Amino acid sequence: MNRVLEIAGLVKTFGGLTATDNVSLTVNSGEIHALIGPNGAGKSTLINQICGELQPNAGQIHLAGRDVTHLSAADRVGLGLGRTFQITSLLDEMTVRENLGLAIQAREGSNFHIFDRAATRSEVWNETDEILSGSALGARSKVMVGDLAHGEKKQLELLMALSQRPRVLLLDEPMAGLGHIESQQMIASLRAARSECAMLLVEHDMEAVFALADRISVLVYGRIIAAGTADEIRADPAVREAYLGEEDA
Amino acid sequence: MKRENLLLLVVFILLALVPFAAELTGQSSWIKLVGQALIYGMAAASLNFILGYGGMVSFGHAAFFGIGGYVVGMLYHHFDAGTLFLGFIPGTDQMLITLPAAIVAAGLAAALVGALSLRTGGVQFIMITLAFAQMFFFLFISLKTYGGEDGIMVRRTNSLPGLNMKDKATLYWVVLGFAAAYYLFLRRLVQSSFGQIIAGIRQNERRMAAMGISTYRYKLYAFILSGMGAGLAGALMVNFLRFASPDMMHWSRSGELMVMVILGGVGTLAGPFIGAGALFTLETMLARVTEHWMLPVGILLLLVVLTSKGGLMALARKIMGGTK
Repeated sequence: MNRVLEIAGLVKTFGGLTATDNVSLTVNSGEIHALIGPNGAGKSTLINQICGELQPNAGQIHLAGRDVTHLSAADRVGLGLGRTFQITSLLDEMTVRENLGLAIQAREGSNFHIFDRAATRSEVWNETDEILSGSALGARSKVMVGDLAHGEKKQLELLMALSQRPRVLLLDEPMAGLGHIESQQMIASLRAARSECAMLLVEHDMEAVFALADRISVLVYGRIIAAGTADEIRADPAVREAYLGEEDA
Repeated sequence: MKRENLLLLVVFILLALVPFAAELTGQSSWIKLVGQALIYGMAAASLNFILGYGGMVSFGHAAFFGIGGYVVGMLYHHFDAGTLFLGFIPGTDQMLITLPAAIVAAGLAAALVGALSLRTGGVQFIMITLAFAQMFFFLFISLKTYGGEDGIMVRRTNSLPGLNMKDKATLYWVVLGFAAAYYLFLRRLVQSSFGQIIAGIRQNERRMAAMGISTYRYKLYAFILSGMGAGLAGALMVNFLRFASPDMMHWSRSGELMVMVILGGVGTLAGPFIGAGALFTLETMLARVTEHWMLPVGILLLLVVLTSKGGLMALARKIMGGTK
């Protein structure tokens, strides 16, 4: 099977604390690989190393067969790594349409042109309007992003990440802070997007994880203590003790 | 015609009439005052591109203003003395050469300063740009060939083919032409693809990186463009006042440019020009009355900043009924 993302022997320490302890995992093309773990397990630290905001102390990260361990976050995006943020991170002073349009412009290039008109680049705006009209945000395209509801921001983040046409998408808690209906919408959106790219899904919401994931890895104290299919993880006694037990009890 | 363009045209015509008004009323100092305000407006507008649109608070912008000015002064010095700069570059008094030379020199200086200081952010960025500007300031003070602390007298304004640049009004119109062209350039710049990326970086640099934008390169390009604009303004100033001095790049000049931007309206096209006009006029008027003109200027700045979030531009919009 084709490995889109391959992490081998990743180690990250902060002083005496080992936040990422020899972590290896792979994401295959077409797959949703979920990463679960209790608070403080080092999920965000791991995500930040994969996307290039943190440098690991040891180990390698391969993206579509290419070693990206020492590339910048922006260069990794260019090679097909998309991401969403745990705490939504958007351009609050621009509208929904402008946010998505800028993401598509960034992908299209010609970003150093100083005499063109960004507002009339048809290749950018045709695609923007097409994506928006096919989404739940179509009616909200002229709204300032700062005024959006939390669930809408999460949806917009996903649209922007997908507009980059990533090979693999890192989703950092896409369900965080969403109500039940919004979570269902997000699950539906992610399910619809799985034909476009592989995903590494970091999530607390077990319902979402079991609904979406092909494989699950469990991270505890910076270490992967178990990996397997949803059924295998559900049955694993070590996982139940370390993590699921809290909820099942 | 759009209302904004109509307003711009009216303002341009009024500014073009200033020399006639000055002649009619016998107030020949008006030409000098408005001309200088326009040039400071250009310098402030160039700063505003990185400060207001790009979110880079540079506290050393006067360095590029001064370097642009010194290029004109130094080229004139060698032209006048018939010597060679660095032993191989002849001097000149042709504006078609001196202005591009000033823009290039200021751009190179901005590339150097920007390449190093943009690796930092926040307060460190402010302090490093300030430190670089002070280094340039002391460098030019130490150049005894070019007058040291006294600077360079430029006895004759640079020539432009077909124009009598000795004429005060002609020189003023040339300055006005450059100011108008620079305004239109900036308007295009902020609407361009690059301008949109820069606006995105101001709002959320991390988000732009997640879109695959290597923000450092974009910020550096913006910094260089901005320095080039300040260099052009400095070169015009030396032509206008026929004098290049190290005071042009003193840190207090950088502060003054910032005050013009904030007073007029951060992140607006006309704001820096309005701010420059207001501050410069006020300074000149008050300086005639009292030595302590800084006190009322300071109080006014406080009032404007405290009462209207976007400076004089926001105030004007409120008065005009909140359109655009």
